[in-house]
Amino acid sequence: MKWEVVIGLETHAQLQTKSKIFCGASTAFGAEPNTQADAVSLALPGVLPVLNREAVVCAIKFGLAIGAKITERSVFARKNYFYPDLPKGYQISQMDLPVVVGGTITINVDGNEKAVSLTRAHLEEDAGKSLHEDFHGKSGIDLNRAGTPLLEIVTEPDMRSAAEAVAYARKLHELVQWIGICDGNMQEGSFRCDANVSVRRPGEPYGTRREIKNLNSFRFLEQAINYEVQWQINELEEGRKIQQATVLFDPDTGETRTMRTKEDAHDYRYFPDPDLLPVEITDAWKAEVQAAMPELPQAMHQRFTSEYGLSAYDADIITSSREMAQYFLDTVAITGAANAKLCANWIQGDLAARLNKEDKAIADAPISPAQLAGIVQRIVDNTISNKIGKDVFEVLWNGEGSDADAVIEAKGWKQITDTGAIEAIIDEVLAANPKSVEEFRAGKDKAFNALVGQAMKATKGKANPQQVNDLLKKKLAG
Amino acid sequence: MSDLINASLRELSAALDAKQVSSVELSTLFLDRIEKLNPAINAFVTLDRARTLAQAAEMDARRAAGEKSPLLGIPLGHKDIFCTEGWLTTCGSKMLHNFVSPYDATVVTKLKQAGVVTLGKLNMDEFAMGSSNETSYFGPVKNPWDTKRVPGGSSGGSAAAIAARLAPAVTGTDTGGSIRQPASLCGLTGLKPTYGVVSRYGMIAFASSLDQAGPMAKSAEDCALLLNGMAGFDARDSTSLQRESEDYTRDLAKPLNGLRIGLPKEFFGEGMSDDVRAVVEAALDQYRKLGATTVDITLPNSGLSVPAYYVIAPAEASSNLSRFDGVRYGYRAPEYANLDDMYSKSRAQGFGSEVKRRILIGTYVLSHGYYDAYYLQAQKIRRLIAADFVEAFKSCDVIMGPASPDTAFAFGEKSGDPVKMYLSDIYTISTNLAGLPGMSIPAGFSDKAGSKLPVGLQIIGNYFEEAKMLNVAHQYQLATNWHTQMPEGI
Repeated sequence: MKWEVVIGLETHAQLQTKSKIFCGASTAFGAEPNTQADAVSLALPGVLPVLNREAVVCAIKFGLAIGAKITERSVFARKNYFYPDLPKGYQISQMDLPVVVGGTITINVDGNEKAVSLTRAHLEEDAGKSLHEDFHGKSGIDLNRAGTPLLEIVTEPDMRSAAEAVAYARKLHELVQWIGICDGNMQEGSFRCDANVSVRRPGEPYGTRREIKNLNSFRFLEQAINYEVQWQINELEEGRKIQQATVLFDPDTGETRTMRTKEDAHDYRYFPDPDLLPVEITDAWKAEVQAAMPELPQAMHQRFTSEYGLSAYDADIITSSREMAQYFLDTVAITGAANAKLCANWIQGDLAARLNKEDKAIADAPISPAQLAGIVQRIVDNTISNKIGKDVFEVLWNGEGSDADAVIEAKGWKQITDTGAIEAIIDEVLAANPKSVEEFRAGKDKAFNALVGQAMKATKGKANPQQVNDLLKKKLAG
Repeated sequence: MSDLINASLRELSAALDAKQVSSVELSTLFLDRIEKLNPAINAFVTLDRARTLAQAAEMDARRAAGEKSPLLGIPLGHKDIFCTEGWLTTCGSKMLHNFVSPYDATVVTKLKQAGVVTLGKLNMDEFAMGSSNETSYFGPVKNPWDTKRVPGGSSGGSAAAIAARLAPAVTGTDTGGSIRQPASLCGLTGLKPTYGVVSRYGMIAFASSLDQAGPMAKSAEDCALLLNGMAGFDARDSTSLQRESEDYTRDLAKPLNGLRIGLPKEFFGEGMSDDVRAVVEAALDQYRKLGATTVDITLPNSGLSVPAYYVIAPAEASSNLSRFDGVRYGYRAPEYANLDDMYSKSRAQGFGSEVKRRILIGTYVLSHGYYDAYYLQAQKIRRLIAADFVEAFKSCDVIMGPASPDTAFAFGEKSGDPVKMYLSDIYTISTNLAGLPGMSIPAGFSDKAGSKLPVGLQIIGNYFEEAKMLNVAHQYQLATNWHTQMPEGI
């Protein structure tokens, strides 16, 4: 009998606020240790937290984006435990009344759509960092990150494979960047996942879960889950029981190992933080945040398939980031909706490949939507071939021309569409290549392509390829 | 000069205005007096003459430059719970014996702006946990009325400093009675404002939802002037209330005709000693003479206030005191084997036994499986207690009763029995749970123990009615002289 895999994810998304969640210290990454640790970050005696309103706005945005309930009166609670990088001896988090409750994120794995239900998303502060490099034989503590706002996003145990978990994590990663609440930088730890994994026989109650902590890449997420699932199945099949535990994934060995079991789990002694008042989120505040929300990827996807005739696959790619979607919209605004499909091809084809090769973000593309639209328009009106289009793209990418028309003009790449002129060239090609003509007549189709190639070469690629094809066929038949 | 020692803040301000004395001279006068008398009283734990006199010179310069303010140039002592930049700020604990604050509490900043000079830091029960000042790491404060007796706590150093005339005014804090009980035992006037009126920023937290700073001085008028300098909204304290600033002296002169004084039957039952009862009854007679009437009221849940308080306050304290871990500042054990050992040794050695007792109680009541039975239950009781007061204030303007069930007790008399000690705050705790303002004023003396010991009268007001309470206290002080008396031999 088969095993069913059950996965739930908890994701910590670092919110893009300028200052920390409970004080005015900066959240910028990479500063010298403890240069962004003010009195509140250091938890000096007597200091008090004051909530950063922007962090709440981020949480509201997220809630609205996933169709969740926004709690009218949410409460901050203290999670008490001792650790050197936790300066107060407690983390301010939310327990009973998180800002966001419920909501769904739709994923697509191998063409199958699935809605993953979210349990909740709550605001909390990040801890600092322990630096274990040698400081005169001691560990150092960097509190720059202490107090950075996080949104912890928790799903129901809805995913049934590592592939689904990764699809969810990617979708969430796209969404939080799309709505501008998280920079999504996984290397810097701005977006990190914990995976709760268990296995069971189909139809049976949930098995005992183990939580894999701090996965900061999609690849590690997938590897860690797959390893963990196999490990759990082996344990069960060999008659052992799974102990509830927190485990760590070692990317070097590809294995998970137990960090602590339920017996040594903390009692966090949550209670409402008496230093902070409940957060009242009024309908007016929600409406204000809603009004400032960008169109969401799902809505755009819908629009791109229905209004612009893109395939679901193309629309997926174009809506994978807000910047790419905007680039597409800006391009189509010039070419017209009728040419949207061609625009999409260029963006996810040549443009994406080139960006990828040079490790550039689409926002930094040296070729603008207007320039790309110019290329598309000239292809559509037969001024240039698709192939010449690629050459124009290259020139514009390298900053050697202002727009497609100027490049075509300067390079003399205007397509030859005059039938008489093309016929004359074909005659020359046929006369110069009797062997190919003979082979074609003997039934070798390849020879036809060679003749087309010769004709194109003779015109430096400028002849309209369709016309060359048609006329050459006619000549050879005649 | 001895009239300056006993002078009111208005008189001191007038003397400064008239150039009869400078702030440097006035500060020197008190510093010299502290030098002479403090060894016997132990009210001040930190002094810094150079720093004090530099501040005084600055205030003299401000006055010379034309600035006028009722507190400009007045020297004052701060309870050592307030962070004061450049000063040791110990909170009465070994844990912070070496902590020099890099910043000023909002109360300290505001009083500096008003022109106050810091005379020094005042002894207190460790982390404000105690009612006798016996838990201080720096030794107990002696009651100037009888040095074999406690001054009360936790603001014991503050109270003793006023009683011994070591400072014209001081700051205190009150979580369950820590301003009012020592004010009662040392014969001075102390006010705990409505929760949220004075900023808690920079005041080392004991129980965040109960802590409130307030003035302690010889008279209600002095307290009103001092509160003017302390109160006000602070964006750095989320529980600070955004209200228009008010002049707490504005109603001092109002006659008390028609004032309705509520007398809770629960405050006049068993538990109050006879000498305290006699003084309180006499004070009420005085109020009737001043035109007030008394009304019998009931606060049916007030009997639950001590147990509820000893769940909520330790719960919050257990978490608030977690930051004292030996990692970033304060005491760290000299030797330890590993991280956990460093934590437990530092905290075991750095905290005194009463603090540890409350951390343990607080940790227990917040633990999984006990939270609902203790913490949530106590919060429910807290709401009932607040509702009792709302109901009571429908039929009266202020509530009166004893501030403490007894006069100053001897050292060691209650320190061996925590519950006995906790009961000395039985009349004050319910106002903290409700967030209401309360004060204690000198109302007479008892000599049952062979020495003349002060007795305080407690006045509880409705929310934000500090000005009315100060009026009620001031009118009484115009008609009596209990508040002007000072201990003999000091």
